[in-house]
Amino acid sequence: MNTSKLDVVVIDYKTGNVDSILKAISMANYSVKLSDKKEVILSAKKIILPGQGSFDYGMEQLMKLELIDIIKEQALINKIPVLGICLGMQILADIGYENKKKTKGLGLISGEVKKISTNLKLPHVGWNEVSFKKKDKIFFEIKDNKDFYFVHAYYFDCLNPNQILSTTNYNFNFPSVVGNQNIYGFQFHPEKSLKNGIKILNNFLKI
Amino acid sequence: MQKVRIIPTLLYNNSLVKGKNFKSWRVVSDLHTMIRLYNLREVDELIFFDVNAGENNIIDFELIDQFADECFVPLTIGGGVKSLDHIENLLKVGADKICINTASIEDPDFILKAIKKYGSQCIVISIDYKINENNQKEVYVKSGKKKTGKLLEEHLKEMSDLNPCEIILTSIDHDGIMDGYDLDTISSMNSISSCPIVASGGAGSCQDIYEVIKKTNVRAVSSSSIYHFTEITPLDVKRYLNQKNISVRL
Repeated sequence: MNTSKLDVVVIDYKTGNVDSILKAISMANYSVKLSDKKEVILSAKKIILPGQGSFDYGMEQLMKLELIDIIKEQALINKIPVLGICLGMQILADIGYENKKKTKGLGLISGEVKKISTNLKLPHVGWNEVSFKKKDKIFFEIKDNKDFYFVHAYYFDCLNPNQILSTTNYNFNFPSVVGNQNIYGFQFHPEKSLKNGIKILNNFLKI
Repeated sequence: MQKVRIIPTLLYNNSLVKGKNFKSWRVVSDLHTMIRLYNLREVDELIFFDVNAGENNIIDFELIDQFADECFVPLTIGGGVKSLDHIENLLKVGADKICINTASIEDPDFILKAIKKYGSQCIVISIDYKINENNQKEVYVKSGKKKTGKLLEEHLKEMSDLNPCEIILTSIDHDGIMDGYDLDTISSMNSISSCPIVASGGAGSCQDIYEVIKKTNVRAVSSSSIYHFTEITPLDVKRYLNQKNISVRL
């Protein structure tokens, strides 16, 4: 085993606060770097796509940095574990409909990202329950229906029910954790979800 | 089910302070002790306002950096935010959401630009109002010192249409009095806003917090004095609400 390898790369595509996620990973004793450099991404054992903001802006940034192919290759061919958080989860989808535009996503988990249609206030912000739909190692030692912190106005409409690992209710049930083999997406912010957030993040880091 | 958020507000003015009607500030405790307490007691979020920053036009990024390092729940930072650079630097030192008050009146275009660049989830608008001499609800800025001539309803509608993350609505007349929230105003503003409203100003007991949730349908409540001047903790508030069948994170 190459011990000099970096444990985790957090992809730096300029979309919001990544301070807390970096802090959470280093506190779990994993080496972590924030980077937009190909060689750093290729050297990492795991990839995290963080992000807040809009689908089209996120994809545009990844395109500009020429990182789309490299992320897909690491995920699909080299089977490197990839975790998308919030916007990072949403861009795993095939297509996003934000800002009245149809934008192509990474296509790593089949689905579309749509605006939440509800008479409740948007964004959906605050703590809400994550209800398991599938047994998965990502939920190891976490109890069903625990609260995690969300802030989003769009949701991941996942087309393959087998890839919906949990749902959360905001007048309707939307996928809050999606997974496809080595690829995971969390709609909530594990780094802001205290004990259970740190646990689910650690479960990913342990894969 | 989405939980009601119980959010302590920390006001900083060289030390942690709390006033009445935005005046007569009293030093209440050491900032770091306070954050550690709040983390242990599992609050849902924290709001931190630097009262001085707006007056002096200086944001103390170093202080906020230290503060954010000890904070493990979502953190909203406000006070003196006037430019995209301010936002950028606050996000860098660990803020999750940026709260804008005075600039929302002086430069509404700035709010639009900020939301476009950093996303709705990042921008929080804070609106302070009080009853003016014509018995109307008027928006005040500069920590309640400056009249704007703008009526609350008009400003709130304009801001809510920009799709911010949420609007923190504070009645200056009720702030620090600890005699309950301005229920009628909060209720009517909540019904016209498309984004979440955080009710602020007036909590003196768990019952006050219960009432504002029950009677106005807000899903987030911020308070300050109650935690500084009584023995009540955010956890006590949540347990009380839970007993009354309001769903909270425990």
